Amino acid sequence: MPEPDQVAPVAIRARRRTLGVPGKLAVGWLLLVVIAALLAPVLPLDDPNDPVGSIARQGPGTDGHVLGGDGLGRDLFSRLVWGARASLLLSVSAVILGIVIGGFLGLVAGYFRGRFDTLFVGLFDVLLSFPQLILALTLVTVLATGEGVSSTRRMVVLVFALGVVSIPVLGRIARANTLTWSQREFVLAARAMGARHRSIMFGEVLPNVLPAMFSIALLGIAVVIVAEGGLSLLGVGVRLPTPSWGNIIAEGRSELRDAPHVVLAPTVAIFLTVLALNYLGDVVRSRLDVRESAL
Amino acid sequence: MAGSGTAHLRPAEATLLRLENLDVEFPAGGGKRVSAVADVSIDVAPGETLGLVGESGCGKSTTARAIMQLPPPTRGKVVFDGEDLTALDGERLRAVRPRFQIVFQDPISSLNPRRKVGDIVGAPLKIWDRGSEAERRARVDEVLEAVGLDPDTARDKRPHEFSGGQCQRICIARALVLDPKLVICDEPVSALDVSVQAQILNLLEDLKDRYGLTLVFITHDLAVVKNVSDRVAVMYLGKICEVAPPDRLYAEPAHPYTAALLESIPVPDPAAPVRKAGLAAGELPSPLSPPSGCRFRTRCPRAQDRCAAEEPQIRLVAEGQYVACHFPLVADEPLPIKGSQ
Amino acid sequence: MIGRREHVTRAPDELRPYSRRLLEVDDLATHFTTPRGKVRAVDGVSFALERGRTLGLVGESGSGKSVLSRSIMGLLPGNVERQGSVAFEDHRLDQMGPAELRSFWGTQIAMVFQDPMTSLNPVMRIGRQITEPLRFHLGMDRREAEKMALALLASVNIPEPGRRLRQYPHELSGGMRQRVVIAIALACGPKLLFADEPTTALDVTVQSQILDLLRTQQRERDMAMVLVTHDLGVVAGHTDEVAVMYAGQIVEQAPTRTLFASMRMPYTAALLQSIPRLANASHTRLDVIAGRPPDLLDPPRGCRFAPRCPYAQDRCREEPPPLQEADEPGHVYRCWFPVGTERGQEALERNLAAPVPQGVDG
Repeated sequence: MPEPDQVAPVAIRARRRTLGVPGKLAVGWLLLVVIAALLAPVLPLDDPNDPVGSIARQGPGTDGHVLGGDGLGRDLFSRLVWGARASLLLSVSAVILGIVIGGFLGLVAGYFRGRFDTLFVGLFDVLLSFPQLILALTLVTVLATGEGVSSTRRMVVLVFALGVVSIPVLGRIARANTLTWSQREFVLAARAMGARHRSIMFGEVLPNVLPAMFSIALLGIAVVIVAEGGLSLLGVGVRLPTPSWGNIIAEGRSELRDAPHVVLAPTVAIFLTVLALNYLGDVVRSRLDVRESAL
Repeated sequence: MAGSGTAHLRPAEATLLRLENLDVEFPAGGGKRVSAVADVSIDVAPGETLGLVGESGCGKSTTARAIMQLPPPTRGKVVFDGEDLTALDGERLRAVRPRFQIVFQDPISSLNPRRKVGDIVGAPLKIWDRGSEAERRARVDEVLEAVGLDPDTARDKRPHEFSGGQCQRICIARALVLDPKLVICDEPVSALDVSVQAQILNLLEDLKDRYGLTLVFITHDLAVVKNVSDRVAVMYLGKICEVAPPDRLYAEPAHPYTAALLESIPVPDPAAPVRKAGLAAGELPSPLSPPSGCRFRTRCPRAQDRCAAEEPQIRLVAEGQYVACHFPLVADEPLPIKGSQ
Repeated sequence: MIGRREHVTRAPDELRPYSRRLLEVDDLATHFTTPRGKVRAVDGVSFALERGRTLGLVGESGSGKSVLSRSIMGLLPGNVERQGSVAFEDHRLDQMGPAELRSFWGTQIAMVFQDPMTSLNPVMRIGRQITEPLRFHLGMDRREAEKMALALLASVNIPEPGRRLRQYPHELSGGMRQRVVIAIALACGPKLLFADEPTTALDVTVQSQILDLLRTQQRERDMAMVLVTHDLGVVAGHTDEVAVMYAGQIVEQAPTRTLFASMRMPYTAALLQSIPRLANASHTRLDVIAGRPPDLLDPPRGCRFAPRCPYAQDRCREEPPPLQEADEPGHVYRCWFPVGTERGQEALERNLAAPVPQGVDG
C-alpha cells in the first residue's frame, strides 16, 4: 500500500541536535562528579579518614573546610568526593553486570523465542521476586560481615547483590526491544543471504537494542545509588570507614540535630546526580525514537 | 477453487525453480492449524518472470517465504537449480542461499537503520568472504550504479536519508550483489508512490536483462503483474486458481475468481462502463476452516453442487492456460441449468 | 462553481435562499513550524463543494492531500499555522476553537480514515462505538441508539448485524471494519464526509464494494463527499469532480470526465501515463516521472513541478503559474505550457531537441 501522507512528517523529523540548558547542566554536573571521583587520589583533599577534633560537627566554612566536619571531625568535603568514588563505582558496576548478563539473556530470549524465551523470562521473574534490599542484606550479612572482611570483598558482594536485581530489569528491556527488532525485515534479509544467527544477533540486532538499554541503564545507576543509601542505613552498605554517599548519611543521622549539614550534603549530591541521570535517560530515549524515522 | 494438481508443470530439466505439492501450515492457537498454502505446485523457467497474484490471505507471500525456506514448508518440495531445498539443512542450505535472493515489500523495514548503505550492500560479500576489500568495494559500487544510485554519495549515508523508492533500490542492489540466479520480489512496489512504482518496475526489467535473472514477482496489483510477467499464477485462499500468459489471462480469464478480480479493478477512465461489483460477493472465508471442495465456491456466481463435493484439479483449457475449476469460463461445456450452491 | 475566488456576501439567515453550496475553502494555507523551518504542507488551496457532489482529491505522498482534509476539519496538532478561510454553510470553521468545532464533528462533518484497525477502539465492542456518538450528539437513550445502530449496520451491508454489535474490532475482517467505520461516521447524518484513502488498505474486490457503498449512502443522504486518494482509477469511477494536488497546491481541477478527456497540467498527464494499464500488453515500458517531489521547506521559486516537467521552460522556473480557466466549464489548471496546446507542444519539442538533464531518480 503506498504511503499515505503523514500529517506532520517533517515536524517529527529533525529534532535539535544540541541539548537544551537543562541538558547541559545535567551533563555538566555528572562530568563534575565523575571527574572528581576519578581524580580523588590526586586532588588536594584532606584525608577523609583523619579526624580533626576541632571541626567535629562544625558547619561549612569552618577553618577553611568547605563543608565543615562530620561527627568525628573528618573533613566532610573530602569524604563527599571520596564517597562519590565509591557510590559511582558500585552503581556503575552493578548496572554493567545487569547489562552484560541481562542484556545477553534478553537478546537470546527475544531473538530465538520459544524455549529460550520461556526459560529466561521465568528466570527474570524469579530474580525480580527477590526483594532487593532483603537480598542484599542477606548476602552481605552472610558473605561479607565480620572481622577480617575487606572493603573490597564487601564491595564485590554489594555489586553482585545490587546487580542481580538489575539483571531482570535490563533483561526485559533487551528482550522487548529484541522482539521488535527481530521482526524487522532486515533480519530476515540477513538470514536470506546466509548470515548465521550469531552474527545477526550481535551484528544487526544488538546495535539497535543497545541505545534503549543505555537509557534505562542511566536510570538504573540512579536507582542503585539510592539503594546503596538504603543499605547503608541498614548497616550493610559500603564498609566504613570508606565513605560512600549512603554511609555518610547513615553515620550523620545521629547528629541530625546538631550537625544537619552532614546529612544534607550527601543528600543534595544524590539528589542532583539522580536528577541529572533521570533527565539524561529521558533525553537519550527520546532522541533515539526520532532518528529511526525515514521519509 | 482448490488448485491441486500438477498438470501445468513443465519437465523438471527445463525449470530453474519448481514447487511440488507445497503445503504451509501454521499453528493458530487452541490446537487449530491454518492452512496458508495448500498443495501448490508451480515452476519457473530460467529467464522467465513468474507473476504470483492474489489478494490478502491467498498465501502468495507465504509461498515466497516457503521458497526461501524461511521457514521451510510443512510439506512438499522446492527444487532450485536441480537441488531439493527442503531436503537440505544447516550448512548445505546456507551454501545455496547466495544463488536465490529476495526483495521485500517495505524498503525501510528491510534496511538496518544503524548501518551505512555501503556496509548494508556489502554485507553479503563479507559473509561469504568474496574477494578482497577492494574487489568488494568495486562490486558494491557496481550494483549501486546499476540500480541508479551514485555510489560516492550513497555509500556513506544511512537509510533514513533516502526516500522510499531509493531505499527499495538499495534493497535490490543488496539482493544482486552475490550474483543470484533467482530473485523473488515480494510486493516490491506496493509501499511506494505511483510515480516511483514506475521507476522501480522499469529498473527491474532492465536488471533482469542485464544480469540474466529469473524473477518471481508477487503482488496484489493486477495491472502491475501484467506489466512485468511472462506467466501469471492467480492464487486464492492458499490455492492456485489459474496459470496463463498475461495477455491471455487478462483477455480471456478462465477462472471466475480471475474474472471477478479483473472486474473489480478501478480503471482510470471515466468513460469505461461502470461494472457491478457483485461478481465476487461477500468476504473471504476464514482460513481456519476453508470451504470444502473448491475454496472459492462461497463467493462464486457459477458454483454448483459438484464444487462443494469435489476439489477441482488443474487442467489445460487453452494454449498455455491452465485452470482449476469445474466450470471455467472458457470451457466447452455450458453451465448446467440447475444453478445452485 | 469550482475553484474560483469569489467574493461571497453574507446575507442574514432569513433572507438567504437555500443554497446547495456546502463548503467553501478560500486560499487555505497550512504551515508546520519545525526546527528546520516552515513546512508549507498546504499552500493556497481554494475550492467549493455542493451538497450531493463528490470531489476527488488526488495526489501522492507529500502533496498535502491528507493535511488539507484535516486542516479543513481543524484536526491538526499544535505547531500549525493556518491562513485563509474555511466556510461550512456560512460558519467560519477556521475561526472556531476546539470546543465549537466539536459540535460540528460527527454531526455535520465526518471523516473516514485509511486504516480501520486504528480507527476503531480495540477494547470497545462495536455496538458501543456506534451508539456512543448517537447518545452523545443526538441525545438518544440506550434502546433507541441500539435500534439505530442495527439499522446502520444493515445499511452498510454487514451480515448478521445483531451479532456484530457485540463483537470486538479484531473479530471482523478489514472490509467489515471499514464498513463499521463508515457506519459510525454516518450515524448522525453528516452533511459532509471526508474519506481519506478509505480503500487503500483493502483488497481490490472489497474496495469496489466499499466505494459503491459510499456512493449509495451519499446519494441517499444528499451528502457531499471529499474522496482523498492516490489512485486515479478510484477517482475515475466514483467522483463528480477531481482536484489534483502537487506540493501543497491544487494544480488542476475539473469535472471528472473533462479531466481525463482533456488534461492540461503535465503532472496529471504524467501521473496517468506512469500507471501500468490492464489494456497494455505485458512488458510495456512505463513512462516515469523523473526525480522526486520538492522539499516543502523550500519549494522552487517558479512552478513546483518544473524540475521534473518535460514541458518546462525558463518562464516556468521563474514565475509560478496561477490557476487559469480552460475552455471547458469548471476546468482550471496551473501551467504556462499546458498539454494539448500549441504552446505546450512547442515547449515539449524544444526540450526534446536540446535535452536538459532531469532530476535524480527517486
